[in-house]
Amino acid sequence: MNFPILTFLTFIPVVGMVIILFLKKENVSAIKYTALLATGIQVVLAAVLMSNYNYSLGGINEASSFQFAEKFRWIEISDFPWIGTIKIDYFLGVDGLSTPLVLLTAIVTFIATLSSWTIDRQLKGYFALFLLLDTGMMGVFVSLDFFLFFVFWEIMLLPMYFLIGIWGGPRREYAAIKFFLYTLFGSIFILLVMIGLYFSTTETLADGSKVFTFNILEMMNTANYTVDGILSPLNPDNWRFIAFVGLFAGFAIKIPMFPFHTWLPDAHVEAPTPISVILAGVLLKMGTYGILRFNYPIFPELTYQLAWYIGLFGMINIIYGALAAMAQRDFKKLIAYSSVSHMGYCLLGMASLNTMGISGAILQMFNHGTITAMLFLIVGVLYDRTHTRNLDDFGGIGTQMPIYTGFVSVAFFAAIGLPGLSGFISEIFVFLGAFSYDIIRVITIISTLGILLGAGYMLWTMQRVYLGTLKEKWMQLKDLDRREYAMLIPLTLIIIFLGVYPSAMLDVMNASVNSMVKFMQDSQVFFSSITGLQ
Amino acid sequence: MEVTLTHFLILSTLLFSLGIYGIVTRKNAIMVLMGLELILNASNINFIAFSRFGNFGLQGQLFALFVIVLAAAEAAIALAIVLNVYKTFVNVNVDEIDELRD
Amino acid sequence: MSENFLIQLSVIVLFLPLLGFIVTLMLGKKIPKIFFFEVFVLFTGLVLSAILLFGKLTYFSDSRIVSEFKWIDMGNVPVFGSINIYLGMLIDDISALMIVVVYIISFLVHFFSIDYMKGDIRYNRYFAYLGLFTFSMSGIVLTHNILMMYIFWELVGISSYLLIGFWYEKKSASDAGKKAFIVNRIGDLGMLAGLLLLFITYNTFSFEQIFGEIAKGNLPFNSEFWLTVTGVLIFCGAIGKSAQFPLHVWLPDAMEGPTPVSALIHAATMVAAGVYLVVRVFGILTADAMLVIAIIGMLSAFIPATIALTQNDIKRVLAYSTVSQLGYMIMALGVGAYKFAFFHLVTHAFFKACLFLGSGSVIHAMHHEQDIRNMGGLRKKMPITYATFLFSSIAISGIPLTSGFLSKDGILSGAYAFGSLTGHWLFPFIGFLVAMMTAFYMFRLVILTFHGEPRNKDKYDHAHESKFSMAMPLVVLSVLSLFFWYTPNPLSPDAGWFYSKWIKDPVIYTPESARWDFMKTDEAALTHSSAEHPVMYSETYTEALHHSHGPAVILSLLVAISGILLAFTMYQWKKISADKIAEKFKPLYNFSYNKWYFDELYDKTFVAGTLALSSLVAWFDRVIIDGIVDGSATVTKAVSTFTGKFDNVVVDGLVNFMAYLSAFIGLIFRRFQTGKVQTYIIMGIFSIVILLFLFKSF
Repeated sequence: MNFPILTFLTFIPVVGMVIILFLKKENVSAIKYTALLATGIQVVLAAVLMSNYNYSLGGINEASSFQFAEKFRWIEISDFPWIGTIKIDYFLGVDGLSTPLVLLTAIVTFIATLSSWTIDRQLKGYFALFLLLDTGMMGVFVSLDFFLFFVFWEIMLLPMYFLIGIWGGPRREYAAIKFFLYTLFGSIFILLVMIGLYFSTTETLADGSKVFTFNILEMMNTANYTVDGILSPLNPDNWRFIAFVGLFAGFAIKIPMFPFHTWLPDAHVEAPTPISVILAGVLLKMGTYGILRFNYPIFPELTYQLAWYIGLFGMINIIYGALAAMAQRDFKKLIAYSSVSHMGYCLLGMASLNTMGISGAILQMFNHGTITAMLFLIVGVLYDRTHTRNLDDFGGIGTQMPIYTGFVSVAFFAAIGLPGLSGFISEIFVFLGAFSYDIIRVITIISTLGILLGAGYMLWTMQRVYLGTLKEKWMQLKDLDRREYAMLIPLTLIIIFLGVYPSAMLDVMNASVNSMVKFMQDSQVFFSSITGLQ
Repeated sequence: MEVTLTHFLILSTLLFSLGIYGIVTRKNAIMVLMGLELILNASNINFIAFSRFGNFGLQGQLFALFVIVLAAAEAAIALAIVLNVYKTFVNVNVDEIDELRD
Repeated sequence: MSENFLIQLSVIVLFLPLLGFIVTLMLGKKIPKIFFFEVFVLFTGLVLSAILLFGKLTYFSDSRIVSEFKWIDMGNVPVFGSINIYLGMLIDDISALMIVVVYIISFLVHFFSIDYMKGDIRYNRYFAYLGLFTFSMSGIVLTHNILMMYIFWELVGISSYLLIGFWYEKKSASDAGKKAFIVNRIGDLGMLAGLLLLFITYNTFSFEQIFGEIAKGNLPFNSEFWLTVTGVLIFCGAIGKSAQFPLHVWLPDAMEGPTPVSALIHAATMVAAGVYLVVRVFGILTADAMLVIAIIGMLSAFIPATIALTQNDIKRVLAYSTVSQLGYMIMALGVGAYKFAFFHLVTHAFFKACLFLGSGSVIHAMHHEQDIRNMGGLRKKMPITYATFLFSSIAISGIPLTSGFLSKDGILSGAYAFGSLTGHWLFPFIGFLVAMMTAFYMFRLVILTFHGEPRNKDKYDHAHESKFSMAMPLVVLSVLSLFFWYTPNPLSPDAGWFYSKWIKDPVIYTPESARWDFMKTDEAALTHSSAEHPVMYSETYTEALHHSHGPAVILSLLVAISGILLAFTMYQWKKISADKIAEKFKPLYNFSYNKWYFDELYDKTFVAGTLALSSLVAWFDRVIIDGIVDGSATVTKAVSTFTGKFDNVVVDGLVNFMAYLSAFIGLIFRRFQTGKVQTYIIMGIFSIVILLFLFKSF
């Protein structure tokens, strides 16, 4: 057994949390540095993981090609009435789908920790919850057992609620409740589908006996379906369609997909800067990741059937988000809506069902994570100094804070998909992939309007805040300090690096995306034979 | 006229009825006790009568003796209680002593 | 000299300005003189690109040098097959020539800016941006695939945005920058769509491979219609970048940027990128696509020319003239006059840059006065500027001995030949009309600026000739507009090295059935073609071109001279009053003066429409969607309140009722429970009696 790197990645923050809980409340710097250390170790571990990553292994449905896998029996109850043996595995592993997101989580969390330096009340509770949140997020991306996944999914929810609800802005309770209820609403669907799938798939144990399973990989294997399970394709009266839609809706709330997106602007506006960074940088990706990890390989036949709708919702997200962003007066709200728009590209890319598009979508998740994190940091930097986010209050900041404005330009240009910066690559890949799939071709062409609208609202914002004549009251603003450099420079470097050399990330996911596309195509044979039987 | 079992039973019934009547109609606790004694004696007569006319040996007489002893003990305890009740309430009327009711 | 050497040279030429950009930007605050580094980098680049051109023309005159490397390797992919995205360089006649043109102008503009921008608070930043622009422009020129072209296309857009909005404290400047970028993006969307179409058809972005496939008859969706669509979509990129109708509105506004920037970007190089793009993909344009291009070009030549007639801002006149000249080139490409279009691109770059820099010199001398109504008489104060400006005006008007005459005459004869072959006589007609208008408004500009009496005495007195660093580029550029650089014969370019050696006839890949008749290769063309007498497209076309040359020369000279004479009559000799004519044709004058109301139209429709739509969406989001969400919360709350009530009243009521009921029953039965032994005994006896009575029968 090798070093269990994924377990460490996931639970290092919990260790940090425990340490923080034992520290005295007054010992502020110790608390901060413990959190920084925990997240720092995470970054190092993620880097180690990347350096040892085998680029040729596909993952997706083959347990053997998952990397750094750890698996042991977590819960086992034999002879449970009616059900038989209940077994739940502690099963972790990464493939090309999750590795970029693990890396993203580590980086964004670390930077968010740096950004948390300005939090000034109840630090102990803040950092404890923050680290717990970190564990939840990391766990979501590395777990391969549906039950375990769900546990992490829910673990992440509660700290977020408190982080928004206690450390947020004036309408924090409203925003926190809204976030919580929305996500919980989605979780219910996920839970139901999980239970449905549990009773529809079996895995074969070493002794040859068959038991129901929560293992995602076993769920993908068409040979494992029971004859009469409610979500088994072999059952003529199965509920797979409803389950697909429900599961999709559960994840779509997280993306957030139109019309489930309204929690996002509120949560972002009210959340403190580091939490906005986490929210936009990592949490939104869980939705798209969930769809790719669960909906796609477990319900491949329905994915093919409904790809057009996924693309359509992607298009709506892109256009609608961009238009809504254009009308905002609040800087943070504008960025929040731009997130809605950018996550639409992920959906569009996923709808393409081919390597180009899905790679583009995953790359877009990573890039959006870094770019939007940077955008929120930028807003945070300005808010810390001016205590306002109203776009009409600003003007001419570029003259007063030139270096800061330099970083702003990079982030803004990346957000409008300027070549040479990372956003461009993922957008063009999404478009190439989606355009290749004939049924969503028209949708793709309409979606390209998004890059026009994106340029419109971003440049308009640039003009309103950073260009023009400097207002009297902002003459005192200071340019960036060292901590802020430490937050912005790594993200800038990542954005530029991936813009120039996207293969660094594409190669990681390539094998997995290929095997996913292939797996979904191959399974069509099975599903069409089923429909043939009926 | 030969004295048969029936006569004994009639006598004991009369006695029993008198006792019941005494218990039911009298309000004074002493009188109630006396009624009780009558009932016990009615049963004694029955025991002895059945013993004399039935094939039971001396069992009836023995029971009667027991009952007499018990009645004596009972009368002693009951009178003591009545005395104590009288001390507490200055009254031995059973209708009015209803402290434990409800 | 090996191919490898040229490739390395081109890579260095491409990345040198990027180096300049990074160094100047990073060290701009610390080292005030760092801009010299940028200028030096540009000079090095100029020398290297000259070597590149020389090497290409001398040693590899007939070959296209391609070098590529794998940028993204997706390997073997389901659905697509193998996908690799290459980046690479292509050195052929066009790119080698173009890169030298870009570098000459860019270097001169750098040089000019040293004094022009002196004292600006972001002096070094300005040079950094110029470096970024030069890098992006070189990328467009040197690339061998359409994706990379799109990449640099966007980078050019952003550097143009930065430079137009360089004085961003002015609202009009930042507005203009934003407008330029967004209008350009509209065109880019079309180009992106074309790029997507090409990619899904051929799985590659490389020009060579795509052209090869088309030559093999492998078309998008197997139809010529879609080939036309692809061509037109790619041309959309050119519409945006070359400021063609209907996206020409950004270019005049872009004059808010510093004047050297206008010379570099908005006259000579960036706007020429659109023409360059069409030149690149010329081989795959179908007849229909060419007709669309020709019509757009014609409109873009005509409309801005009419606007330029009445403008009073020196830079705006030049800006509209630029759009008009670019329209000429696009129209030339549309009518198949490929070589002339590229020739005009080169010659126009020089004299238009000269005009812009000359106007910059005037503006600098007049302390940022741009209105020609306040100028006049500057001839005496600024002789060098005057001479070069006048010479460039002669060139743009198309008077013999200048390069402008050669190229413009070529375009007009191409249009004439096209008219004679296809019956579309509108193109040559508009061409000559625009030539006349060009001559008129250019000389109107020259006369109002330099001749006559100074109209603003105060500013005139302070005016002075510019320094060497600003005068030198003017002289160089106007000298480059002389005919002998291109051909020994001042009346015909055919014999010159530019036509016979430097640029080759285009290779047409479009299927024969989708071409104009005259572009179908006929037997005669194959047999008669030789090194001395090359035949373009077909024998018929060569014939027609030959016959059109004479009339075109005479006509173009006539219109140019009459335009100039008219300008002199009206403004110099004042024989005809310009004001009276304006008064007489008031509606027409206003229409032209207000730029055909394009800005107002777009503001009222597209801009206002988008903003209204966005407010509608925001409203929808806030009121309807959030309303539904909050409404469902309210409903849930109401339901829960009701449930609470229900629980309190009904459910609890039932429970309580049971309690009351039992209490009530108890109330009845407690009557029997007197606590009196006597009562119990009586009841016991009664019960026994009843029981006995009941059981009696047994």
